[in-house]
Amino acid sequence: MEDIGKEETGNFALEIKKLKVSFGTKVVLKDINLLLKKGENLVVLGKSGSGKSVLIKCLVGLIEPDEGEIVIQGSDTARMKERDLETLRKKIGFLFQSAALYDSMTVRENLEFPLEGTEARTEEETETLVMEALQNVGLPDTAGKMPSELSGGMRKRIGLARTLILKPEIMLYDEPTTGLDPITSREISKLILEMQTKNKTSSIIITHDMECARITGNRILIIKDGVFSAEGTFEELKKSEDPWVHSFFE
Amino acid sequence: MKTGEIAQTTTRDDLAEEGPSFMKKVKSFFIEMALLSAFMWKFFKELFKRPFEFNEIARQCYIIGCRTLPLVGITGFIMGLVLTIQSRPTLAEFGAESWLPAMVAVSIIREIGPVITALICAGKVGSGIGAELASMKVTEQIDAMQVSGRRPFKYLAVTRMIATTLMVPLLVVFSDTISLLGSFFGCNLKGDISVHLFFSQVFEKLDFMDIMPAFIKTIFFGFGIGLIACYKGFNSDKGTEGVGRSANSAVVIGSLLVFLIDMIAVQLTSLFS
Ligand SMILES: Nc1ncnc2c1ncn2[C@@H]1O[C@H](COP(=O)(O)OP(=O)(O)OP(=O)(O)O)[C@@H](O)[C@H]1O
Ligand SMILES: [Mg+2]
Repeated sequence: MEDIGKEETGNFALEIKKLKVSFGTKVVLKDINLLLKKGENLVVLGKSGSGKSVLIKCLVGLIEPDEGEIVIQGSDTARMKERDLETLRKKIGFLFQSAALYDSMTVRENLEFPLEGTEARTEEETETLVMEALQNVGLPDTAGKMPSELSGGMRKRIGLARTLILKPEIMLYDEPTTGLDPITSREISKLILEMQTKNKTSSIIITHDMECARITGNRILIIKDGVFSAEGTFEELKKSEDPWVHSFFE
Repeated sequence: MKTGEIAQTTTRDDLAEEGPSFMKKVKSFFIEMALLSAFMWKFFKELFKRPFEFNEIARQCYIIGCRTLPLVGITGFIMGLVLTIQSRPTLAEFGAESWLPAMVAVSIIREIGPVITALICAGKVGSGIGAELASMKVTEQIDAMQVSGRRPFKYLAVTRMIATTLMVPLLVVFSDTISLLGSFFGCNLKGDISVHLFFSQVFEKLDFMDIMPAFIKTIFFGFGIGLIACYKGFNSDKGTEGVGRSANSAVVIGSLLVFLIDMIAVQLTSLFS
């Protein structure tokens, strides 16, 4: 059990060693070890409140861990300067559980926001990128709308479009399909797969949606009591004899 | 006898409870001051770093300036008018009615104009910025900006603080001008004075030491209002309640700060003149 997530590989996008996070006296993550291979889709399952969102927020520096090491593309984030961290962050996409659209901006401005401050682009190039991103999530005619005019699921998809527009090398999805109907969910899952094949994106996908886990995941980790307690492919875990693991697949 | 005893025990209990909680309050006050200073330091550090976000600064100046203009104008006019009407009887008693324009102008430009305008800005602008940033904080929009590699502190806080620092002095100048117009109307309600005479009387009595310190302190008012509002917004508690509390304390502390700066400014001016 101790070796879970620790296997040796030279070619990884992201590595977490002995991560511990607590809020006050409450320990949320105890001892998390994880290796994300390049181009891999890693699905993280776990009960609500088990610390999945906290885990990926640590990866982008939104939450400061108590202990542990986070190595992204070979560099230890704790030892990096703010400038380098910013450059690194541009390579990491983060889809918030709550979508977190900027509600004083239109959808188009939301999508353009992360583009500014990167390489110089003409207006047409930006427009093409924006329209392409909107097309990807199936909402091409929402560009002029305000986030308040959109439904919950639409916001989630715009959030996804905004994250994918920079074609990040590492993607962290926090429940990409929650609140979506089965058909759209499947489309989003396929989009995640497409990102993997087209852009060679390495992703961590947090989800409660087993369909999404089945379609997208190359490997699945299950988090329990602050540690990863099970690991395997979808099929392997489905056949697991551990009743707790099995309960996820019912 | 018995009631007395009860009364005494209650007092003692209260004191016992008040002791540590009072110390706690003092402690949290100093922690807050340290955090606020760090926030201010970060502002100066980020101020000269790229990207400068000129578009956003201009947009914030427009929002802060234009949306507060009518309110500041109306209050300024009423201030000048009322002050003139109220001062007339007293001056008339001493037979110094001809001093009316100069006296009103000096009190408006030196003190009342800057302070009232700054208080209005602390209310309107401060609560607006406080609530906006706090709700961005609780809905993770600030986190989202940070994650996307843009600098939320620069884009949201620095731009707004620059905008208030620039716009509050301008609003004060505007309000002072409208106040003088109000005062001119006030003078003409009972009596007859030409525009030319009114303003020549005003400017005869106003000198550099009236205008300059008053203008300089408004720059600090503007900075203080922006600083407190952004600080409160960025450090909002989670939840909608946190948003309300941030907006509220942005106004309360911002207004207090205006008075504090005013007091210091008065001391400094009297020291140098
Ligand atoms: N900023 C914070 N301050 C204090 N406690 C926090 C904070 N963020 C998260 N927690 C706590 O950490 C625990 C894990 O939260 P997290 O959001 O990671 O859960 P989750 O696994 O993502 O759940 P869900 O599936 O419902 O999204 C929760 O018990 C929560 O109360
Ligand atoms: Mg979560």
